[in-house]
Amino acid sequence: MSRARKTIVRISIGFVIFLAAIFAPVSGYFELGAFLLAYFIIGGDVLFRAIRNIAHGQVFDENFLMSIATIGAFFVGEYPEGVAVMLFYQVGERFQDYAVNRSRKSISALMDIRPDYANLKKDGELVTVDPEEVKINDVIAVKAGEKIPLDGIVIDGYSMLDTSALTGEAVPREVTAGSEVLSGCINLNGLLTIQVTKEFGESTVAKILDLVENSSSKKAKTENFITKFARYYTPVVVIVAALMAVLPPLLVPGAAFNDWIYRALNFLVVSCPCALVISIPLGFFGGIGGASKSGILIKGGNYLEALADAEIVVFDKTGTLTKGTFKVTELRPQNISDDQLLELAAYAESYSNHPISHSLKAAYNLEIDSSRITAVEEIPGHGVKAVFDGKAIYAGNHKLMQMMDIPYYSGEIIGTAVHVAIASEYAGYIVISDEIKEDAAHAIAKLKASNIKRTVMLTGDAKIVGEAVAQKLGLDEVYTELLPADKVSKVENLLEGKSSKGKLVFVGDGINDAPVLSRADIGIAMGGLGSDAAIEAADIVIMNDQVSKISTAISIAGKTLRIVKQNIAFALGIKALVLVMAAFGLSNLWEAVFADVGVSIIAILNSARALKTKEEI
Amino acid sequence: MKKVFKLEELGCANCASKMEREISKLADVSNASVNFMTQKLTLESDQEVSEDTVKAIEKIIKKIEPHCRLKV
Repeated sequence: MSRARKTIVRISIGFVIFLAAIFAPVSGYFELGAFLLAYFIIGGDVLFRAIRNIAHGQVFDENFLMSIATIGAFFVGEYPEGVAVMLFYQVGERFQDYAVNRSRKSISALMDIRPDYANLKKDGELVTVDPEEVKINDVIAVKAGEKIPLDGIVIDGYSMLDTSALTGEAVPREVTAGSEVLSGCINLNGLLTIQVTKEFGESTVAKILDLVENSSSKKAKTENFITKFARYYTPVVVIVAALMAVLPPLLVPGAAFNDWIYRALNFLVVSCPCALVISIPLGFFGGIGGASKSGILIKGGNYLEALADAEIVVFDKTGTLTKGTFKVTELRPQNISDDQLLELAAYAESYSNHPISHSLKAAYNLEIDSSRITAVEEIPGHGVKAVFDGKAIYAGNHKLMQMMDIPYYSGEIIGTAVHVAIASEYAGYIVISDEIKEDAAHAIAKLKASNIKRTVMLTGDAKIVGEAVAQKLGLDEVYTELLPADKVSKVENLLEGKSSKGKLVFVGDGINDAPVLSRADIGIAMGGLGSDAAIEAADIVIMNDQVSKISTAISIAGKTLRIVKQNIAFALGIKALVLVMAAFGLSNLWEAVFADVGVSIIAILNSARALKTKEEI
Repeated sequence: MKKVFKLEELGCANCASKMEREISKLADVSNASVNFMTQKLTLESDQEVSEDTVKAIEKIIKKIEPHCRLKV
C-alpha cells in the first residue's frame, strides 16, 4: 500500500472514532479519551513531525503551528473542534498533494520529448542503446512512430516528421536523404537511417529540456517578493498570536483567557504562507511550460513577467517580418505578355549564378533550352546582353538601359528591378523583392489590438523598400538604412521614449543582432530551431518562424500574470479577512483552516490553468 | 559547473525554498535552485561538487524534510 493510501485509511479510521466520540453518550474523562484517540490517529504524524522538526531547529513550520492550534483547542475545552481542525487540515493536505501531483504530471507530459533510446547500427545489426552513448557520425535507425533521439542528417529513407513537440506546428515536415533532422521530432511513417551530427547533450531536445527546466532559476520579481514575504509573514503572525493570547486577559478587565487563546489559535492556523509559496511559482512554471508547448521557449519567469508589460515591439525586417528569400513579386511588361517578359529575363539571366537569376528561373519554372540563347555577355554592375531567338536582348538595372540609351520606366520601384529590352525597344520590368511572411500583417494587427502601444521596424534596407513593407504591415514607425550599430542606438532611443513600467521587446532572427537582443528589455529570436546562436542570445526563442507567436507569447504572459495576481489577492485577502475576524472573535477554527488549506488548493488549481494554452491562429 | 540532483518525495513548497536558501549558503556552491514542480535541485559551483558538499546537502535536506531523498 502506498504511503498516501495508508494515510487515507488512517484518517478514515480516525474519522469514524471521531463520529463515535461525538454521538456516544459518554462524558468527562471518557469523552476526552475518545476525542484524544481520534485526534492521535488522525494527526499523530503531524505531531511527530512537529516535535522532530523542533529538534532540528525548525520552528514555525506548518506541522508545529497545526499542533499548537489543535492542542490549544483541547485546552480551552473545544475537543470536537480540535479533532475536526486536524481532520480538515489532513484532508486538505491530501487534496493539496493531489493537486500538486496532477500539476507535476501535466508538466512532465509537456516535457515528454526526451527520447528513451536509440537504435544504433553496429556491425550491420541494430542495437538499442541509451541516446547518451551514441557518438557523432554513428548511424542510427528511426522506425515509424519513434522519436528521433539525436540531431543528424538523413542518409537513407523518406518520411514525414511530426515537429509539434518542438515548434507547436501541426503540419508534418517531409524529410528525405540529405535533410537535417532534429531530435525530439516524431517519425510518422517511413524508416529513416540517420547519421548523427551532435552528441545527445548538444542535441536540440537536450537543450530545450535544459532551458525549460532551468527557467525556474531565473525568478520573477513577484516570486522573489512572495519568498521574502513568506519569511516574515509566519513569524509576525505567530508573535501577534502569542501577544494576543497573553496581553488582553492581563490588561483588559473582564477578558477571558480561553476566549483570547481561542482567537490566537485562529491566527496560528492562518499563519502558513503555503497557498502563495506553492501556487505562484507553479503559475510561472505553468506559463513557461504552456508556452514551450506552442514552440515558444522562455528562459525564465522574469522574462514572462516582463513580457506581460510589453509596450513597444521592435522588429528587424529581413528574416523576421520577411522570409529573407527573394522572389519575383511584380511583372510590368510593355507591349508583350507577362509570360514573354519573364521568359526573356529568365533566359537572359540563365547563365548567371546571382540570387536574382535564381528567383527569375524559379518564377519561370520551365526548362531552359540553351540552344535558343547565344552570345551571352555579362556587363558587370549593369546586367546581361544576349541574343535570344535571333534578336538582341538586354536585361539588367537602370544603368544598363541608360548605357544602351533605351527609354525605361524611371518611377518608384519597391524592390530590385530587372529592366528588359528587345533590341532598342523597352519591354518592361520585373520586380524582385523579399517576401513578407504570410502571417506578418495579421500578427501585427493582433499586437496592436492587445496592449502594445508602438510597433517599430528597423532595417538596413533601402528607405523605399523598408517603408513599403512597414506600410503593408501597418507598422507605426520604420527606420531604414541602418547599420548594425545604428540599430542599437535606435533601440536605446526607443527605450528612453517608453513609460517607466512598460517594456521594450526586440524581435530578430538571432543571427547577427545579438547586441540589440541583449540591449532590449526582452530579446526574442525567431526561427530558433536548430540555431544555437539564437538560443544563446535571446531571452525568448520562437522555434519556428511565425510572427504570430509573438502575440501568443504576450497573451500567455498576460494570462499567467493575471492568474498570479488573482492568487496573491485571493490568498492574502482571505487570510487578512480571517485574521481580522479572529481578532474580534468573529471567526472559528473551521474558517481558519479553510483560509489555510482551502485557499491553497483553490490557488493551486487556479495556477494549473496557466499550463493550458489556447491554440491561437 | 552545473549539476542536477533529483529530490524524491519533495512534498512541501515552503521547505523547498528553505532548502534552496540553506544550500546556497554552502561554501563551494555559488548558486542553488530547487524546483518544487520538477523536484530537482540545480547546483552551480566553480569547481567539481565534492563528496563533502553532497553530504552537507543531504544533511540540510534531512533536517528540513526528513523523508525527502537526494538522488544523482
